[in-house]
Amino acid sequence: MSRSIILGQYLPGESLIHRLNPRLKILTLVLILILLFTLETYSALAAFLAFALLLFALAKVPFRYLLRGLRPVLFIALFALVIYFFFTSGGIVLVRIGFITVESEGVIEGLFIVTRLAALVLFSLLVTLTTTPLSLTHGMGYFLKPLRYVGLPAEEVAMIMSVSLRFIPTLMEESQRLMRAQLARGADFETGSIFRKARSLVPLIVPLFVSAFRRADELALAMEARCYRIGAKRTRMHEDVILPRDWAVLAFVIMLLFVTYTFGF
Amino acid sequence: MVSRSAAIVEAKNVDYYYPGEGETVWPALSGINLTVAQGEYVALIGPNGSGKTTLLKLFNALLTPFGGEILVQGISTANEETLPAVRQACGMIFQNPDNQLVATTVEEDIAFGLENLALPPAEIRRRVEDVACLLGLRKLLRQPPHLLSGGEKQKVAIAGVLAMEPRCILMDEPTAMLDPAGRQDVIDTVRDLNKRQGIAVVHVTHFPEEAAWADRIVVLNEGQLIVQGSPEDVLTDLSLLHELKLQGPAAVELAALLREDGYRLPPQILHNRELVDSICSLERKN
Repeated sequence: MSRSIILGQYLPGESLIHRLNPRLKILTLVLILILLFTLETYSALAAFLAFALLLFALAKVPFRYLLRGLRPVLFIALFALVIYFFFTSGGIVLVRIGFITVESEGVIEGLFIVTRLAALVLFSLLVTLTTTPLSLTHGMGYFLKPLRYVGLPAEEVAMIMSVSLRFIPTLMEESQRLMRAQLARGADFETGSIFRKARSLVPLIVPLFVSAFRRADELALAMEARCYRIGAKRTRMHEDVILPRDWAVLAFVIMLLFVTYTFGF
Repeated sequence: MVSRSAAIVEAKNVDYYYPGEGETVWPALSGINLTVAQGEYVALIGPNGSGKTTLLKLFNALLTPFGGEILVQGISTANEETLPAVRQACGMIFQNPDNQLVATTVEEDIAFGLENLALPPAEIRRRVEDVACLLGLRKLLRQPPHLLSGGEKQKVAIAGVLAMEPRCILMDEPTAMLDPAGRQDVIDTVRDLNKRQGIAVVHVTHFPEEAAWADRIVVLNEGQLIVQGSPEDVLTDLSLLHELKLQGPAAVELAALLREDGYRLPPQILHNRELVDSICSLERKN
């Protein structure tokens, strides 16, 4: 494990995309994701894929981050391809191995699904790469706010998420320390079956949990000592102002949606 | 509102015991009377389990007394509505620097208390900036807390309390988990705030050298206030300290050994410097 722990996937930068209001970024992302699901033609999909790549260039994200971001969905993509290739019939038969056939319809649909998946991932990746986890949290907290009326404590949920972000590195450091302490006493985390390996993690996880609870207790006390009260009104140091440029971006995306939807390519 | 002696904190005949302990050996605190005056530096010492931390938590209204009352700037801590006022006037620094920082960046953490007081954002930014300047934390404002040293974390915690413009800072062994350099830095910071800004300090500590810089020493044992007085009186009373399994400052202990060996040293040596000066003047006499 690396010494410095990178939180989330955030890649610091100063581009326009970095500086956009996080709330609007989330909203725009949701709109684009919905649209991607309604697209039916390759040309439309290709246009959006190109749009995504353009945005990546604009945000000055190195190409390898793109590849790294796509890696986790590789397995799902392959799985989808296999399913579509072998189980969708229609069109001309391309390959015949015994009773299994790959037909053109399946190939076309399979590739379409995979390309769409890639586009979905790329747009989401763009947002997580250009927004700090904290801004993302606050942005999501904003959209949770209406749920207050059905009894969800939105402010508190946002606070929980941001405190979790704060403690991820601390707990990771602690788990590494515990691991080293156990290794020094002859523990073995590397060899044996998966079952054995899982079992060897127990002496790691138990103290980690105990300490996490102790930390939570102390933190709650410290928060209370600094006038934190559940349900009380709070303000924020950095106001979440929506600038004209944010509105412009939103208007542009809505227009894009509209155009795509009406003309459908 | 501020009473006659300009007291920041007043404990009047305070009792506290932790519930659920069944046949408790002793109540956590009993019959405590203590006043902390404006701008005063009070060191609270005593063996483990003597009630030091409990008393601090009572001052900050994290606990409320079962008997007697605590007044912070004349406001009772028992009143739910005035809790923010009490906690703003009496900020608290805890022992573990890791477990009291809430936010993912230093500036957001300093702002946390102010956000809880629902101050306007511009005012919050101004105060965070001011406090960061004062404590020399400006370069760290954008850093996540886990990249800071222990001493820096404690200073951020102090900054968070200071931003709320308190009249008193309560510190529960703030240097116990720090290295010597961090310890010195934190102590210097707090002493400076006490001297220049007149902020009262109540400092729970196990380090007699830290306590030696206080205006007044308060000794607790088994939940009772045993003795209080100037460092010169209390910290030089080695028989009392040793009986409580406490130690005097190094200079006091050393001076006592030298006296046993027949050296004539003045009775009220507290700091290393004083000891060195007395020893040197001895030699010159010979």
